[in-house]
Amino acid sequence: MNRVVITGAGTINALGQNVPDTLEAMREGRCGITELDFRDVERLAIKIGAQVHDFAPELHFNRQQLSLYDRFTQFTLLAARQAISQSGLKFSGELADRAGVVLGTAGGGVSTWDDNYRAVYEEGKNRVHPFVVPKLMNNAAASHVSMEFNLRGPTFTVSTACASSNHAMAQAFQMVRSGMAPAMVTGGSESMLCFGGVKAWEGLRVMSKDACRPFSANRNGMVQGEGAGVFVFESLENARARGAEILAEVVGFAMSSDAVDIVMPSKQGAARAISGALKDAGLNPEDVGYINAHGTGTSANDKTECAAVADVFGTHADHLMISSTKSMHGHVIGGTGAIELLACIMAVRDGVIAPTINHEELDPECAMDVVPNTAREAKVDVALSNAFAFGGLNAVLAIKRFS
Amino acid sequence: MNIEQRVIEIIADQAMVDPSDVTLDSTLETLGIDSVAFVECIFSIEEAFDIQIPFNANDPSESEFDISSVKSILESITRLVDEQA
Repeated sequence: MNRVVITGAGTINALGQNVPDTLEAMREGRCGITELDFRDVERLAIKIGAQVHDFAPELHFNRQQLSLYDRFTQFTLLAARQAISQSGLKFSGELADRAGVVLGTAGGGVSTWDDNYRAVYEEGKNRVHPFVVPKLMNNAAASHVSMEFNLRGPTFTVSTACASSNHAMAQAFQMVRSGMAPAMVTGGSESMLCFGGVKAWEGLRVMSKDACRPFSANRNGMVQGEGAGVFVFESLENARARGAEILAEVVGFAMSSDAVDIVMPSKQGAARAISGALKDAGLNPEDVGYINAHGTGTSANDKTECAAVADVFGTHADHLMISSTKSMHGHVIGGTGAIELLACIMAVRDGVIAPTINHEELDPECAMDVVPNTAREAKVDVALSNAFAFGGLNAVLAIKRFS
Repeated sequence: MNIEQRVIEIIADQAMVDPSDVTLDSTLETLGIDSVAFVECIFSIEEAFDIQIPFNANDPSESEFDISSVKSILESITRLVDEQA
């Protein structure tokens, strides 16, 4: 089995339009949540989100590309360009034939659906643009990455709601570990911040109208974000042979299904995914220094997640740090695990733990070291990234400082 | 603006050339408009004149719509616009 390392990272999200800016915002505990700005926002009850502002797609894509790229594809391509450029990989010959792209998204081209439903239902138009289907399909982003970079190996999209990008990165990890692919481009993207996207979420009544406050006793729901995170996963052998810079090592993962309820999380399902990731990585609970929590800021998630962590880690639960960066970049749904993996890389590589901001009151049901409000310096060898999706589908990744 | 000017403008836009470079005997091939770009042309022309163009992207030669040159395209569109009126 190959060791798997990360040799490139890219992102765009409300905190920054590249990795250094995003990590700086996380270190400073900056909040990317603002008033939403899009058509018909005045008809929504929820008017905040971690929206990407100051983004000019025409600076990155030509007119023909723009007619084919939904916003979630645009985000993916920007992040992929950064990650592949950092990795230094050029895809040709056998490498190109074997390397592929596995990405996560929950909704795909939501704003393309939204714009075109508006055109035919509200505006009564009987004709839509020819590329509506190739623009909105969930695999559009993976396909465009494969085309732009000549990645001709296994390429597909994984859609498991809020765990999509963790499930996607788990697939890429397995492919590189098993030797099926020497390198994979992986991560996820989401862009649901449009009228129909937010209106659908409003229906669940789990959205906060004012702030995302994970683990805080006064939390009142989640806040949605948008963006993408993309990485290059590569075999250690391949990375070493070409002298690539290694950001971190991916050491294990596990997935599980609660098989209980379509929206309510289960402690057992979450705990099985966390302990499974440790077992897969050959780690003891005491090896883990930091967990990037799913930490949505809903009542149900945060207390279930803390109970699951307490079950798996026992007394070590009091000695590890667990923070939710969703307090800053919002819940990026199918892209969230990819953006959160950046906080895990920062923990193991830079020794900086991103905080849970907006933490105002201790909740006895979430009585852990949630790194409240201010980032912290700490030496961490192993970090976990939790993702627990609607549908009861859980995926946990373990990464380690490379040495 | 007459039909000819408007259609040539749409075709030139897709071909990313100046409208003056589009002549009546230009073909889609000489203009570098592939089948996918042509579907976008059809969409823009339908939008511009509010007509339905009987174009079958599966098999363009089976369409009643002759796309062998800019001239034939213009004739078909002029006929459709007249029928509409």
